[in-house]
Amino acid sequence: MDQQRPETSVVSSASFAPVNTPAPRSDFLKVDNFNFYYGKKQALYGINMEIPERQVTAFIGPSGCGKSTLLRNFNRMNELIDGVHHEGDILLNGRSIYDKAIEVIALRRSIGMVFQKSNPFPKSIYENIVYSLRIAGVNSRGILDESVERSLRGAALWEEVKDRLHDSALGLSGGQMQRLCIARAIANRPEVLLMDEPCSALDPIATAKVEDLIHELKKEFTIVIVTHNMQQATRCSDKTAFFYLGKLIEFDETQKIFTNPSEKQTEDYITGRFG
Amino acid sequence: MADQTAGIEQGGIKAFRKGPDLFRVLCWVASAATVATLAWIIVEITHQSWPAIRESGLGFLFGDKWIPNRGIFGVLPFLIGTAVSSLIALLFALPLGLAIAIFLSEDFLPLPIRQAIRFTVEMLAAIPSVVYGLWGIAVVIPLVQIFGSWAVVAFENIPVLNTLFAPPAYGNSMLTASLVLALMILPTITAISRTALVAVPGTLREGAYALGATRWEAILGVIVPTAAPGIVAATILALGRAMGETMAIAMLIGNSSRLTSSLLAPAGTLAGLLANQFGEAEGMQVSSLMYAALLLVAMTLLVNMAGEFVLRYTQKRTAGIR
Repeated sequence: MDQQRPETSVVSSASFAPVNTPAPRSDFLKVDNFNFYYGKKQALYGINMEIPERQVTAFIGPSGCGKSTLLRNFNRMNELIDGVHHEGDILLNGRSIYDKAIEVIALRRSIGMVFQKSNPFPKSIYENIVYSLRIAGVNSRGILDESVERSLRGAALWEEVKDRLHDSALGLSGGQMQRLCIARAIANRPEVLLMDEPCSALDPIATAKVEDLIHELKKEFTIVIVTHNMQQATRCSDKTAFFYLGKLIEFDETQKIFTNPSEKQTEDYITGRFG
Repeated sequence: MADQTAGIEQGGIKAFRKGPDLFRVLCWVASAATVATLAWIIVEITHQSWPAIRESGLGFLFGDKWIPNRGIFGVLPFLIGTAVSSLIALLFALPLGLAIAIFLSEDFLPLPIRQAIRFTVEMLAAIPSVVYGLWGIAVVIPLVQIFGSWAVVAFENIPVLNTLFAPPAYGNSMLTASLVLALMILPTITAISRTALVAVPGTLREGAYALGATRWEAILGVIVPTAAPGIVAATILALGRAMGETMAIAMLIGNSSRLTSSLLAPAGTLAGLLANQFGEAEGMQVSSLMYAALLLVAMTLLVNMAGEFVLRYTQKRTAGIR
């Protein structure tokens, strides 16, 4: 495996790559009694959950319920904000992401993220995709070319842009830009792909493309997606977590959550009675 | 338009519309007056310089001697002096100004301290030019003299450097003027670059961090390139200001018309030449100075137009991310 992915050798000292794990782990990403605070304000209360490997897990819940906050803790993006702190732990493949031996840089290379608003860099399509490789010190033309094609194919964008890889990424349509951001996020072959409302700014056709893509990507990646769109959660996730006021109310198979939820609050939310 | 609104204009709307119309006329007059003033300045300078243009033509640009009492007017030393002093000033001010701008746009220090630094740098722009000149005479000239007398010995046998730092080492020199000029254009570069850096959307910074970039990789690889149009604009505005700067330069550069390659020797700029000589000039010298003024205007206009062009080109390249 290491021979196939020389580009990640730079971060191998802190790599989360599974060692001889034939079956997908059911607790690939494990949240252990996690509390999170913005200053004095508590945003997450005692979250416990196990996110399975190579499946799609959807986070739903009304605005301000903490679903994005939790998502942004998985790659420690919240640490960019002043005055935040947490209690409890998050484990990726059995190892704490807060482990002192792990650099946050390496963690973020193992956990890709796609944002609500597509954020291509003002560079060419090609340079956008190889950004994570370049900052990891990869400059071999062959590896970069291979990575660009693989990532763009992975993001179902290759056919549309293969003849203009060196044009500015800012000339793409909104849907293409978001798929470019997905391609960029998977270029370094992360273990987990976090998606924070990736379709909220897209039209239905572009949304359908991204959803198809999520189906394809879960063969290779563990995906956590935050969404406000119930249909989207039912269409593309295997498991769904419902959050309300910073607490995890219910976490189960998507099928069960949307047909026979155990909690009254979940039922009220998915049937549109509040939120 | 008239057809569409004919119905409603029967009432009080028509009278109301006179307000905006009057305002539109005022705007037109103001913009037309601005354009007319620029044209007027150029026409008048061209008119006054006409005798010199007819007499020496383009030779004026290539003449390397300026001897008014013998009627020899060549402006080449001043053209070069203007270009060289501005470029050296940029050479010092651009890296420094950009570094300050990056520093002020990041959260390395608490906000109150950053605001104090920003305020101080921007106050540099409020100091009158003549005060910079006085400060230059009191502080920079002695320092350049010390550096110069060391440099002429130290670089004596090093090619290129021994040409740039050739003896004798004067205090009133190209180097002194350029250093003070760098300080004078620093606030322009810092303020405009900082604004451009702060305007880079936070989503791009997050995107870079999420891909595992360190802070410096995010700054140098994503944030600065995104702010590049603003930084280019800052550089060009600063260059324009440096080329036109007069008083401090006239006090510090030594106002020599001798063409030399040494930065430690006195030199001259177009603006300095005009300030020094116009008061006592007569006849062909007046006309020649007007010709020099025309060249100065042409140079600054060209720089600003080039700036606009670069700005538009780069903005087109980065459009759509704001």
